[in-house]
Amino acid sequence: MKMRPESETDLAEAIATANGPIRVQGGGTRGVTLDGDVLETGGLSGITLYEPGSLTLVAQAGTPLAEIEAALDAEGQRLAFEPMDHRGLMGTSGAPTIGGVVAANVSGPRRVSVGACRDFMLGVRYVDGTSTIVKNGGRVMKNVTGYDLVKLMSGSWGTLGVLTEVSLKVLPKPETAASVLIDGLSDADAVSAMAKALGSPFEVSGAAHIPVGLDGHPVTILRIEGFAGSVAYRADQIAALFGGLAVRVERDADAVAKGWRWVRDVEAFHGRPGDVWRISCTPSEAAALATNVGAEALLYDWGGGLIWARVTEGTDVRTRLGLFDGHATLVRGTGQAKFQPEPGPIAALSRGLRQKFDPKGILNTGLMG
Amino acid sequence: MQMPTPDANVLSRKTQIVARLQEVLPGDAVISDEMETRAYECDALTAYKCAPLAVVLPSSTEEVSAVLKVCHDMGVPVVPRGSGTSLAGGALPTADCVLLGVARMNDVLETDYDNRFIRVQTGRTNLSVTGAVEADGFFYAPDPSSQLACAIAGNIAMNSGGAHCLKYGVTTNNLMGVTMVQMDGTVMEIGGKHLDAGGYDLLGLICGSEGQLGVVTEATLRILPKPEGARPVLMGFDSNEVAGACVADIIKAGVLPVAIEFMDRPCIEATEAFAKAGYPMCEALLIVEVEGSPAEIDEQLALILEIARRHNPVELREAKDADEAGRIWLGRKSAFGAMGQINDYMCLDGTIPVSELPCVLRRIGEMSKEYGLDVANVFHAGDGNMHPLILFDANKEGDLELCEAFGADILRLCVEVGGCLTGEHGVGIEKRDLMVDQFAPADLEAQMAVKDVFDPAWLLNPAKVFPLAASESRRSVALAAE
Ligand SMILES: Cc1cc2nc3c(=O)[nH]c(=O)nc-3n(C[C@H](O)[C@H](O)[C@H](O)COP(=O)(O)OP(=O)(O)OC[C@H]3O[C@@H](n4cnc5c(N)ncnc54)[C@H](O)[C@@H]3O)c2cc1C
Ligand SMILES: Cc1cc2nc3c(=O)[nH]c(=O)nc-3n(C[C@H](O)[C@H](O)[C@H](O)COP(=O)(O)OP(=O)(O)OC[C@H]3O[C@@H](n4cnc5c(N)ncnc54)[C@H](O)[C@@H]3O)c2cc1C
Repeated sequence: MKMRPESETDLAEAIATANGPIRVQGGGTRGVTLDGDVLETGGLSGITLYEPGSLTLVAQAGTPLAEIEAALDAEGQRLAFEPMDHRGLMGTSGAPTIGGVVAANVSGPRRVSVGACRDFMLGVRYVDGTSTIVKNGGRVMKNVTGYDLVKLMSGSWGTLGVLTEVSLKVLPKPETAASVLIDGLSDADAVSAMAKALGSPFEVSGAAHIPVGLDGHPVTILRIEGFAGSVAYRADQIAALFGGLAVRVERDADAVAKGWRWVRDVEAFHGRPGDVWRISCTPSEAAALATNVGAEALLYDWGGGLIWARVTEGTDVRTRLGLFDGHATLVRGTGQAKFQPEPGPIAALSRGLRQKFDPKGILNTGLMG
Repeated sequence: MQMPTPDANVLSRKTQIVARLQEVLPGDAVISDEMETRAYECDALTAYKCAPLAVVLPSSTEEVSAVLKVCHDMGVPVVPRGSGTSLAGGALPTADCVLLGVARMNDVLETDYDNRFIRVQTGRTNLSVTGAVEADGFFYAPDPSSQLACAIAGNIAMNSGGAHCLKYGVTTNNLMGVTMVQMDGTVMEIGGKHLDAGGYDLLGLICGSEGQLGVVTEATLRILPKPEGARPVLMGFDSNEVAGACVADIIKAGVLPVAIEFMDRPCIEATEAFAKAGYPMCEALLIVEVEGSPAEIDEQLALILEIARRHNPVELREAKDADEAGRIWLGRKSAFGAMGQINDYMCLDGTIPVSELPCVLRRIGEMSKEYGLDVANVFHAGDGNMHPLILFDANKEGDLELCEAFGADILRLCVEVGGCLTGEHGVGIEKRDLMVDQFAPADLEAQMAVKDVFDPAWLLNPAKVFPLAASESRRSVALAAE
C-alpha cells in the first residue's frame, strides 16, 4: 500500500491509523527496500518562506531539492553544505527531496570547511511514531531555547519521526572559484598536503584526493572560493605552499565546478560493480585505514576525513578496519549492516530515544539498528 | 522566580551524604561548611541566590563518575557548574543539591594541528583554549564576551555564541566530541576526532542541554588557522530602519563579514559617557568586520562601503591601523561595563528574524515608556540575536519585578514575530516559565522525553529549562522513589 498525505494533519492521521511498519520515502533515490507500507512525502511540497536578506529558507519536507536549488540560484544563494546527488552512484531515479537530504544529513565536499547539513538546520516540524506533531528550533539563526531536537532529527533517517517542514540557513554563492591540483602524490603524502592547505589561512573549501584519476594517475585537489581578486591571490598562495611538487591551478570556474561535482557525486564509482562504503575517520589515519580495507577503488574527501571505498560485493569492511576513531556506513550493497554498531552505553541511549519517539516501532523498522 | 521546595529527606541526610562523598574524593575536594558553600550560591544572574547542600570539585572523569554514582544511589540532585557566568541562572544551586564544579579540570590533553583539533578538560576557560594554540597560528572560534572567565563546560551546556559566529558558527558547530558522565556514573565517548555521527547525533543533542543530560568532562574542539588579518568599519545612521536595511543589503550582496554589531542611541550615549570611544551621536551604529589579506580586506570593504553610502550614513569611519580598529571596537566592548556603571541592568537575549528588526526596536521603545524603564540595545545584527539591556534599580522596591515583567514582554514579542526566547544565554530559570509561549505542550513533552532517557530519575539540574508545572510529575516521581 502507498500513502501520500497532502497535509501535516493527514500525515499524522496516516501514522495514527497504521497497523504495521511504515517506509518513509522522499524521492526514493537511496534505493533501499524495507518492509511496510510506503509513506510518500511528495504531497507536502513547496517553499513556505524565503528571505535572502536573512539567509533563511523554510520548505515542506517533500519539496524537490531541484526546486529549492533553483529558488536559491535566482538570488545568488545556495545550500552551502553541498548535498550530493546519489542517483548515479545508487543507480536510482526519482527526485531527491529536501526532507530526504535532512533525514540522511547529506553533506558534500564543503562539509570540511562550512559544516554538515545539520549545521545549517534551523528548525523542524515532524510527526513522531505516536502521530504527535512536534516542532523544534525555528527560523532564526541563533536559538538555544530548549533541547536541540533539530540536530537529533537531522540524520535520524526517518526512524524518530517523519519530517513535515524544515528551515535552513543558506549562504551567498561566491563570485568565482579555483582549484589547485597536485599530481602524483601517494595517499599518505596527499593527506599531509591537504592538512597543510587546510591549516593555512587561505580558506580552502574542499580538499580531495583521487589515487587513480581520470588519466590513471593520482591527483590531489584543493578548492578556493570567493571574490575574484581574493580567489586569485589565495590560489597563488596555496600553490606556493607546495614548491617542488607538480602543481597546477585551474581558474576556469565552470571546469572547477565540474571537477567538484565529480568528487561530490563520487562519479568515479558510477556504473562500477561492488559495494560502496563511506568511512568517516581522523584524516591522518586515513591512508593506513584505506590500506587495510583493500578496496578496488578509493576517493578521499574532507582532507582525508572521509574515505569512499568501492569493494568486492559482501566484503566485511568493518572487520578489516578494526577499532578506529570514526565509523563506516554501507551506502551501496546489502551483505552487511548499513550503520556502524555503536558501543554499549551509546546504543542504549539510541534505543531509549527510539523507544520514546516511536514506541510501536513502526517508522522505517529495521533501519539504524 | 520560584524554585521547588527543597527535599527534606535529602537535607536531613547531609552528614551521611557528605561522608559518602568524602570516601570517593580527596579531602579538599568536598566543601560542606556553610560559610564556604556560599561562594557558589549564584551565577551571573545575581538576583537569585541559594547555597547548595555541598560542593564537590573533582579532578578527573573517574572522580566525576564516582560522585555521580554516590548522588544517584542516595537520590541527591546535582547541579553542574563551570565558571558560574551563566546569565540565565543555569548554575543556580538548590538547597538540596550537590554542586559539581569542574574548575579543577583545566588541562589541555592533546593538540593536533594536522587534524585541526584540541582536546581539553572542560573546566578550561574559553580564552585559554585559544591561548594554547595561538602561538602556532590557530584559534578556537566561539568567543563569548565572557571568554576570559567562562569555561568550555558552560559553553557546551549553553551552546554559547560570540561576536564572530556569523562566519564561524556557535559552539555546536565547533564541537567534535565529548567525554560525558551520565547521572548513574556511566562514562561514554560521544563523537571524537572524526566528523559527524555514525548513528543519531547525540553530540548535537547534548550541546545546549544545560547540564541536564550528563556532566561533560572532556571535549574535542575544532581549531582553525588564524586569518591573515581583520579590519572593522563603523557606520552611523539616522534611523534603525535604515541601519537594518543596510545589514540586509550587505548580506544579500554576498559578502560574509565575520561580525555585524548594532548599537542604538541609548547604548551609544551610555558607552560614550563611559569609554569615550568617539562614536558619532546618531540613532543607530553598525560595526562591520571583515577578514583576510590586506588586499582581500580592501576588496570586501569597498563593496560594503558602497552599499552603506547608498543608505546615506551620517558617519563612515574606516580603520587605517590597529589603533583605529581598536577604537572602533572600544565602545562596543565596553557596552556592558558602561551599563553597569549607570545602573543595575538585566540583559535579554531573544532572537528575531533580521527583517523584523526595525519593528521590534520600535515596539521596545514604546514598551520602555509604558514601563518607565530605560532600555539600551546592543546586538549581533547579522543573525538577529538581540541584547536589550533593561536598566533598573535593585534597591528600589518592586523595580526588579517590573524589570522582569518588561523583559518577559520583550521576549514574547520576539516569539510573536517568528523568533525565540534565547539565542545564546540559555533558558536556565530565567526563561523557564516563558517556554509555554514558544512551545506547545507536545513540543515540551518531546524534549522532556529526551531527559527521561538520559536521566530517568531527573536528578541532574532538574529545576531548570522546563516550567516547574510541566516537569512536576517527573520530578516528584524521582522524590517518591527514594
Ligand atoms: C544505505 C545508504 C546510505 C547512504 N548514506 C549516505 C550518507 O552517508 N551520506 C549521504 O550524503 N547520503 C547517503 N545516502 C543517500 C541519501 O539517502 C539520499 O541522497 C537523500 O536522502 C536524497 O533524498 P530522497 O528524497 O531521495 O530520500 P529518500 O531516498 O526517499 O530517503 C532517504 C532517507 O530519509 C528518510 N526520509 C525521507 N524523507 C523523509 C521525511 N520527510 N522525514 C523523515 N525521513 C525521511 C527515508 O525514510 C530514508 O531513510 C545513502 C543512501 C543509502 C541507500
Ligand atoms: C559579561 C558577560 C558576557 C557574556 N557574553 C556572552 C556571549 O557573548 N555569548 C554567550 O553565549 N554567552 C555570554 N555570556 C553567558 C555565559 O558566559 C555563557 O553562558 C557561558 O557559556 C557560561 O559558562 P560557565 O562556564 O560560566 O558556565 P556556568 O555558568 O557555570 O554554567 C552554565 C550551565 O552549564 C551547566 N554546566 C556547567 N558545567 C557543566 C558540565 N561540566 N557538564 C554539563 N553541564 C555543565 C550548568 O549546569 C549551567 O546550566 C556572558 C556572561 C556574562 C556574565
